[in-house]
Amino acid sequence: MIFASGIAPHLRAQITVPVMMRQVIYSLLPGIAAYIWFFGIGVALNCLIAAAVVMLTEAIALRLRRRPVKLFLFDYSAIVTAILLALCLPVLTPWWVTASGAFFAIAIAKHLYGGLGFNVFNPAMAGYVAILVSFPEYMTHWTAPNIGDIDYQPLAAVATLQYIFMGVLPDGLTIDAISRATPLDTVKTELGMMLTIGEIRANPLFGDFGGRGWEWINGAYALGGFWLLFRGIIRWHVPVAVIGGLLLMAGGGYIIDSATHPGAGFHIFSGGALLCAFFIATDPVTCTTTNTGRLIYGAGIGVLIYVIRNWGSYADGVAFAVLLMNMTVPLIDRYTRPKVYGRSPTKKQQPTHG
Amino acid sequence: MELPILEAPLPKWVVIPIGQCLGLDARAIVRPGQRVRTGEPIAQADSGSGTDPGPKLHASISGEVIAVYDNLVQGTTASRERCVIIRSDGQDEPWPEYKNLGDPLQMDANRICTLIAEGGIVGLGGALFSTATKLQTSSQIRMLILNGAECEPYITCDEMLLRERAERVVRGAQIMMQAVGAPQTVIAIESDMPEARVAIYDALEASGDDRINVSVITAKYPAGGERQVIQLVMGEEVPEDALPSDIGYVCHNVATAAAVAEFFDAGRPLITRIVTVTGGGIEHARNVDVRIGTIMADLFRAIGGYHEVPSHLIMGGPMMGICLPSDELPVTKATNCLIIMQARELSPPRQEMPCIRCGECNQVCPAQLLPQELLTASKCNDMAALDALGLNACIECGCCDYVCPSYIPLTAQFVSTKMEFRAHESELQRASQARQRYEARESRLQQQQAERDHELQKQVDAVSNADAIDAVMERIKSRDKPA
Repeated sequence: MIFASGIAPHLRAQITVPVMMRQVIYSLLPGIAAYIWFFGIGVALNCLIAAAVVMLTEAIALRLRRRPVKLFLFDYSAIVTAILLALCLPVLTPWWVTASGAFFAIAIAKHLYGGLGFNVFNPAMAGYVAILVSFPEYMTHWTAPNIGDIDYQPLAAVATLQYIFMGVLPDGLTIDAISRATPLDTVKTELGMMLTIGEIRANPLFGDFGGRGWEWINGAYALGGFWLLFRGIIRWHVPVAVIGGLLLMAGGGYIIDSATHPGAGFHIFSGGALLCAFFIATDPVTCTTTNTGRLIYGAGIGVLIYVIRNWGSYADGVAFAVLLMNMTVPLIDRYTRPKVYGRSPTKKQQPTHG
Repeated sequence: MELPILEAPLPKWVVIPIGQCLGLDARAIVRPGQRVRTGEPIAQADSGSGTDPGPKLHASISGEVIAVYDNLVQGTTASRERCVIIRSDGQDEPWPEYKNLGDPLQMDANRICTLIAEGGIVGLGGALFSTATKLQTSSQIRMLILNGAECEPYITCDEMLLRERAERVVRGAQIMMQAVGAPQTVIAIESDMPEARVAIYDALEASGDDRINVSVITAKYPAGGERQVIQLVMGEEVPEDALPSDIGYVCHNVATAAAVAEFFDAGRPLITRIVTVTGGGIEHARNVDVRIGTIMADLFRAIGGYHEVPSHLIMGGPMMGICLPSDELPVTKATNCLIIMQARELSPPRQEMPCIRCGECNQVCPAQLLPQELLTASKCNDMAALDALGLNACIECGCCDYVCPSYIPLTAQFVSTKMEFRAHESELQRASQARQRYEARESRLQQQQAERDHELQKQVDAVSNADAIDAVMERIKSRDKPA
């Protein structure tokens, strides 16, 4: 009897790149749902706009680079990029700003570096920073969460749609009238006005940890992150290190002077900290590959988030922290190589010029 | 697989590949038409050195040698090898010469090793390395390690051997300790073999030998690798360019130990081995004690035949095993497992994608390598980086392939790169030898030149010595003078 041929190993784990990416997307769903719950349908719209643009850009880029379009288009990595980018944007972002960010993320940050697996910078964060520095005024149009006792009238779904696609607001409204500072913004500005944390947090925008609404959204991100950990899609090192780094810095500040430092809970549950810890910093392509390296990389991000929030000119520091640490990845990788079996520890870190 | 080991029925004919003696210079010592008895030597490795004769090969059935010719045998590609074909006479009449070899525990080490080679005993883990050679180490051995951890998932032949023939393993351990001069033995078994553990403890108690201990290691592939088992049992790593014996350990498979015991006690050389026959393509999966040289198709037929129409026949385990093109191939001493697979059991082939640096391969690598960095270095042919990253420590276990979400054939890449690497290293060595030769020649020439210069200088000095000139002139004058 004749048998077919094959090469070892004959069995493989069934976690493929598309499976990983799909799991990441599913795990983002609770966060997206919470975001929509508090900030309206604009969030979903931003996700859809970004997703459409990344798919189109990815398809064109693959075509131009003569790569198998179907294989890479349906690895879903571009969709993950799109969602991560959209979740960093204010709800009321004009469509073309979102689209520019999505285009930059895929065309420049991903494909110019060689596509999936070769990009040095996290595409979503590169795209976000590109529009942040190009269209700064549009990136500040945050709104307040839709919670009963906060004195804020959110835009209706139709009006949100009209603003995002056509830039028109209902009669008598200006964008400045409907936009509000985020909790992180508020802390930054009002600390500058010599208010104490106690006074600042009396504002109904603030909840138990972070901003109201925001703490739930961040909690939902963490929930998704736990699912990824449970499924073995990510390992614990990066999330623990990011949160640990931020906790250390924010906790330290709080201990030194609790009147001017809002504490670790606020920092972890505000802005994009937990989205970063579980979804952005854990991007395998732009992360280090060794366990020790991941602890260093994650802690660096955590510390930098705090540094930028506290001393920088931006209210949140996730994107810059991630991009800065992305630059250090080759270095960290080189100096955290594990000792090869049977090799004496002294030969461990022989530098190579490869 | 709870079925006991089945003694396979006597095959009608066997095809025994001679290459199993190890070494291309092995030659048959029987002729077509000759009658052989079970256990009679039919081939000898002609190594030429008196101290290490190399293992022999024996007839696994009694009958008539019908041919000695080149036949297909298993390999990564179908290759031809010289085989001895014996047709059974149905008698299974044993060759008497190996009866009464004497008590091995009274013999000296060299005698035991010579007999082990005579008995055709080789490493039954699959490597087929000569057991006698491995035992004849010049190093001081602190511990004999008997590896009872299965090489790979699916394989249960060592576990079943321990469950059913533990006393033979213990006896083999005693003989091997004598041969290698080891004061102690540890038998490594896996944590998921409770029955084997009980059996081995019972056998140890019966033997009353307190030099032999059992170590239970975690059943996690590739725990059965030699260097891995040493690490797990002794907590020491074998240095990269060294052999286990260099750090005082010698490691043998439990089946090898049992074969040693069987040869000395029953006078039967290595003519059978336990083969795990499993997979969804076989009606009854079980371990079978098979005569070497039995054609696989005959073996499968004897245990109940195929289930449906299988698509793949794998020799070895699912991680490192090779696909055999046909079941008309003989069982050899290396055949620890035969997996008959249905197409649906195998992971479907997928298109390779770029590495996404997820790092799962570093997490699973038993040699603590970074496969994703090795991949880049090997694609760039960067020999310096490959050396720094420790390519040679790769044991080709396939774990990195198993977890790779991008379906990159990492192990296959490393196997081919290792060959290039070796070629590169030997080339470097040749170049370095050539340089040394050149430098030696240069310095030799320089020295000769210096000696010549020195001689010349001496002559010049002599010439410039005025007295000497006068003396010479005087001599010439006195000669020229008419007598």
